[in-house]
Amino acid sequence: MNAAFLATLSLELLPAQLRDMVTGWLPEPWRWLVNSILAIAVILASFGLLFAYLTLAERKILGRVQNRPGPNRTGYFGLLQPFADGVKALTKEDIVPRGADHLLHFLAPVALLAFSIMTFAVLPFGRNLVAVELDAGVLYFFAAGAATELAVFMAGWASHNKYSLLAAMRALAQLISYELPLLLSFVPVIMIAGSLSTQEIVHRQSGWMFGFVPQWHVLTPWGFAGFAIFMTAALAESNRSPFDLPEAESELIAGHLTEYSGFKYALFFMAEYFGMCALCGMAVTLFLGGWQAPLPFLEFIPSYVWFATKMLTLLLGFIWVRCTFPRLRIDQLTRFAWKFLVPLALINLGTTAFWSLTSGWTGGLQIARWLVAIALVVIPFQLIGRKLSAGLGPRTYRYA
Amino acid sequence: MLGTGLLKGLGVTAKNFVGSYHDPERYTTIEYPEVKPKLPEAYRNFPFLVTENAMDPMGTLRCVACQICEKECPPQCIYIEKSKDKKPDASGKMQIYPAIFDIDTSVCMSCQICVEVCPFDAIKMDQVFEIATTDRYDALLLRREQLAKPNSYYQSIHPTEAAEVDGRLAADRKAAEEKAKAAAAAKAAAAKAAAAAPAAEAPKTPPPAA
Repeated sequence: MNAAFLATLSLELLPAQLRDMVTGWLPEPWRWLVNSILAIAVILASFGLLFAYLTLAERKILGRVQNRPGPNRTGYFGLLQPFADGVKALTKEDIVPRGADHLLHFLAPVALLAFSIMTFAVLPFGRNLVAVELDAGVLYFFAAGAATELAVFMAGWASHNKYSLLAAMRALAQLISYELPLLLSFVPVIMIAGSLSTQEIVHRQSGWMFGFVPQWHVLTPWGFAGFAIFMTAALAESNRSPFDLPEAESELIAGHLTEYSGFKYALFFMAEYFGMCALCGMAVTLFLGGWQAPLPFLEFIPSYVWFATKMLTLLLGFIWVRCTFPRLRIDQLTRFAWKFLVPLALINLGTTAFWSLTSGWTGGLQIARWLVAIALVVIPFQLIGRKLSAGLGPRTYRYA
Repeated sequence: MLGTGLLKGLGVTAKNFVGSYHDPERYTTIEYPEVKPKLPEAYRNFPFLVTENAMDPMGTLRCVACQICEKECPPQCIYIEKSKDKKPDASGKMQIYPAIFDIDTSVCMSCQICVEVCPFDAIKMDQVFEIATTDRYDALLLRREQLAKPNSYYQSIHPTEAAEVDGRLAADRKAAEEKAKAAAAAKAAAAKAAAAAPAAEAPKTPPPAA
């Protein structure tokens, strides 16, 4: 072992070593408890900070896309803006409508945030950085993620406001519609990996094709299709533009958030970003090789850096999508889910089954395997897409 | 192919994002308090009074307190009180001047009617827009002293309009001078004629007997 490898190893093990430095002096029975609390504290602190600067990055990038500088008054480049926003949210008056169910009105943002944070528990942030090693980690992740829908409806119902209630029902319709393609799109990964454990799924993506091409799932035909469906559904699940109908600032009066102000509103906002981060982290884990380096000679960089880089790239992609596409209508939204994403995700299951069954093929058959799999992805996409957009063709606008 | 439009859209936003960093021309905003906006020449908000001499603003107001603007002002934001005495104006002519000239900018609607009716080119539109105050009453009521601004300032904010006004005033002044000269000449001629007439008419004095 040379010195460079040792240095890498120490960087790689740095989080664990730091943890042991803190908890090493504790008696053995207490250690696991403090370790868990430490893991929770680190996750909350780092994702809280990420949330703060993600809002700033989003505002900066949206500004740049619209050819203006974005917030730049608080500190250098507006770096203190998130804290100014936080202070503003904290000091604002917290209004609860007279007819509202006070307990539910208070619980909704708390529940939403709690379920969002719970999803972080099973994300493998690095080679041995995972808060809870669950055998059914993926299942747990999506169960906790689906529970956020409950909180959304809770908010709409507890507000005692007809607009909030209607918006919450719309939100529920959207979230349940997109829950299906989201779940169907990662089933292929579990079929191939043969495990529901997140660490196991990442380990199954290790190794190199031809010595330098990573064996990530996204680099296979079914994986690419699954990734695309997953990211689209994740956009809708996290209420992001162009699927931000539940909130729809410019059309509705903030949907189920109408009766929320001050810090409760900030909690909803935080939960939305946490959900977005968690889904991006899950996409990295399932399709983008988790914490693995993209090229063999880059393996000296610690694994958690790679995870963070990939996750941030996806988050920036979300922001890019937000500043590009206009919002969909509710019927377009549900049609897109039920008629396009769900059939494609189901067909993708078949493609994956074919891929899994032909894993023994070599030589010329290997090329045939790739071609058939690509055809199985592209042809349904084209056919369903053409069928779905038939008659909707380019719209001609006539002005009065 | 389905989805190419989406990619094209992403391309457009990416181009804007990159472009906004290396091409300041793309900017649609300016960083206001540090960078002042470049106002168009025709921009106007509230009126001001033109003075000929920046050193002696109250002594050289073009305004002669004729009160036409006060009467024409639709929201009636102008209040004028004539002076009891007369003072020489820029051309040395004795004129009445405004002892009080107030404009209530909280009432003014920036219609420019006062400017259009003024026969003396004494009131013009200003371009100062940073007039926010913490006092709703007194600070928004502009006095004669605050309203008076030199002609050079007028020329700096509305160059073309000011050049035209100056040309007209100069022409008027020249015409007035020529008229005065002609009048003086005519008067002199008349006086001369009057002086010559008795001498010339002397021989003819006896009227023809009829």
